[in-house]
Amino acid sequence: MATIVAEATGQAILHEEHEQSFLRKYIFSTDHKVIAIQFLIYTLFFLMIGGLLAMLMRYQIAWPARGELPLGGIFPETMVASGYILPEFYNALVTMHGSVMVFLAIMPMLVGVWANYLIPLQLGTHDMAFPRLNMLSFWAMVPAGILTLASFFVLGGAAGAGWTLYAPLSARPDLTGVGLGQILWLLALVFIGLSSILGSVNYITTTINMRAPGMTWMRMPLTIWSLFITAILALLAMPVLSAAGIMLIFDQTIGTSFFLPEGGGQPLLWQHLFWFFGHPEVYILILPAMGFTSEILSVGSRKPVFGYKAMVLALVSIAFLGFIVWGHHMFQSGMNPTLGLAFTVSTLFIAVPSAIKTFNWMGTMWRGNLQLHSAMLFAIGFVAMFAIGGLSGVFMASTPVDIYIHDTYFIVAHIHYVLFGGSLFALFGAIYFWYPKMFGRVMNETMGKIHFWLTFVLFNVVFFPMHGVGMVGMMRRIYDSTGYAHLQGIEDTNALISWAAFGLFASGFLFAFNFFWSLKKGKKAGANPWNATTLEWQTPSPPKHGNWEEIPVVYHGPHEYSHPDVEDKDWLAQNERPDVVSPAAGSH
Amino acid sequence: MAHAATAGRVPERGLDVYTQKVGMWVFLCSEVMFFAGLIGSYVVLRFGAADTWAEPGDVLNVPVTAFNTFLLICSSVTMVKAFAAAQEGDQRGIKVWLLATTLLGATFLGVQVYEYIELVLHKSWEGSHGFTPAAGLYGATFFTMTGFHGFHVLLGVICLAWATIRAHKGHWGADNTHGIEVLGLYWHFVDLVWIILFTIVYLI
Repeated sequence: MATIVAEATGQAILHEEHEQSFLRKYIFSTDHKVIAIQFLIYTLFFLMIGGLLAMLMRYQIAWPARGELPLGGIFPETMVASGYILPEFYNALVTMHGSVMVFLAIMPMLVGVWANYLIPLQLGTHDMAFPRLNMLSFWAMVPAGILTLASFFVLGGAAGAGWTLYAPLSARPDLTGVGLGQILWLLALVFIGLSSILGSVNYITTTINMRAPGMTWMRMPLTIWSLFITAILALLAMPVLSAAGIMLIFDQTIGTSFFLPEGGGQPLLWQHLFWFFGHPEVYILILPAMGFTSEILSVGSRKPVFGYKAMVLALVSIAFLGFIVWGHHMFQSGMNPTLGLAFTVSTLFIAVPSAIKTFNWMGTMWRGNLQLHSAMLFAIGFVAMFAIGGLSGVFMASTPVDIYIHDTYFIVAHIHYVLFGGSLFALFGAIYFWYPKMFGRVMNETMGKIHFWLTFVLFNVVFFPMHGVGMVGMMRRIYDSTGYAHLQGIEDTNALISWAAFGLFASGFLFAFNFFWSLKKGKKAGANPWNATTLEWQTPSPPKHGNWEEIPVVYHGPHEYSHPDVEDKDWLAQNERPDVVSPAAGSH
Repeated sequence: MAHAATAGRVPERGLDVYTQKVGMWVFLCSEVMFFAGLIGSYVVLRFGAADTWAEPGDVLNVPVTAFNTFLLICSSVTMVKAFAAAQEGDQRGIKVWLLATTLLGATFLGVQVYEYIELVLHKSWEGSHGFTPAAGLYGATFFTMTGFHGFHVLLGVICLAWATIRAHKGHWGADNTHGIEVLGLYWHFVDLVWIILFTIVYLI
């Protein structure tokens, strides 16, 4: 509050440039670019932690109680006893893999990294509207990360009630054996909510009020549109989760019974609150990825985005529909079937804007001069994987099918096709694409391409068979499937999935190596290595503190590639050649 | 609108509203959703447990809180007066009205603390010892909603105290009203939430 009032605008920042201490410049920095890089390092670390948790799960699923875990001895007795992963620890692995990936890796990587980095640069302003709030939004994530890691080592272990935290399982320590771990994770969630809300206030205000002269709404790059809409979703959904999380903490600590039936509370209320947040969250996790993909496909195809205006409208309508479909996660909860029908219909509507976007991505690439660099490969990979994930979503939207596949590996396959094949593919693309702007060097292309093909092939080997495993009826969070008659015969498939998963995890280290190697050894990038049109490429790489000597003036739409009136090159930057009339964005 | 964007023209740049004000409105949208989460849960839980809810006045001291509500509404008036004084550059008015708003807010908190102590020590609900957050859904929802509102008032009072100290250094004036206006937005929001809470928690 006080910070909002006291905050200066971007103009003041240029003057501080020379006398900044190391602490102010790199640790408690208010520069949006430094904050973005802090977020990037933070989220890559938690991406690795989340991956590691998944690897432990995959080991257990493939070889339940059949072989000792290699290096099992390094874990405390409460997690791995005489070489075997304990069921309680497995519960924690399932829960924390989902929680860490969603809240500490993918979401802050999509929004914390790229909204911070790109909004001021692509809109042509010096910094965020409230730089100090922005710094706070990163530093609120630090206690969240520490609490999460610490929760593994407290009495009872980390939270084990699933990432959806369904009550009463999550509300009563005696049901899962987890007490403090659950509370620590909920506290972490409150910090994440705070970070997300502070960030969103910044992103929305900056986009509304600080665009460069000439940067009209319909000249904004699709990245900005997607990040702006995402920020609105986070702004409205996160506080509901915070409120629900606080009530859950009270149930555990001060004896309330909001979600405990024996005290008159309603477990179903938790599900409604969680999914009222949870479904917009799904779009928080995919809309920015759609934005990056649109951007990269346009640059890599040397063509304007096909149907810019339709893309914007599709984003807006997906976001709106995202708020009225949460019940489709709850068909099995005992909620009124008529209500279920309404949720089915509203959910199926989402297929329309999603299909429009997919069609437009293909339209963008159609007859383009395709540049198949690593970023472009990941963007194309995104479109393909998102199509599969989107289509399996249609299965779940219809109640009768969903009742059959509910809480099976089919759901696991779906979520990973959209969250890994979707969001993470686009994020890898975004990192390859904007890395030169961030660090002034291009990431190694050979390693990038190997990384892409390994990821693409192994990803599909891991997650495609899960559809089948789920149809057979393998339960989503099962510790040991060998005891069930209907699950006989899927052991080999599970082993194959696990081997591929280990390979997929290993391929991440190739990316990490490339990331750090290219910092020193990468090819030097000029200001504009991809010949791209948006504003961030019209300033040096990396941009100086304050971004611009002089605020650019915008004359054109965001994706003017192969413009018919520009003879000497196949791109027209947003801030050059005021003499050339560019067709307004959207009329292509 | 897109067709109007032709070469050489440099249209709009943002809203015609300063950034801090936009930021506060955006932040308040988020606050609305936070209280909507709490109040929505209250409605669901209360309808789900209609027979175990106290009648107005059974447990809560409605007259005292009605007086407290009156104080908070008055503080919104003094906040408006402070902003008006700032617009006119009336230094004495700024100091007086900001101080009055701070004191009214602080008094509201004091009365709420008194109310909590009375409830915990001297009231009971369905056989519980004292009326606490553990006293059924009624106690849980009461303390959660009014507690979070009180927390918001506390933050507001801290900011108001800070603004009052600044007023004594001559910080505000006709050329510097933004801080007071933005703080006022927040303060009116907190007031509005209380009017809703008072109605649904104490009166019906």
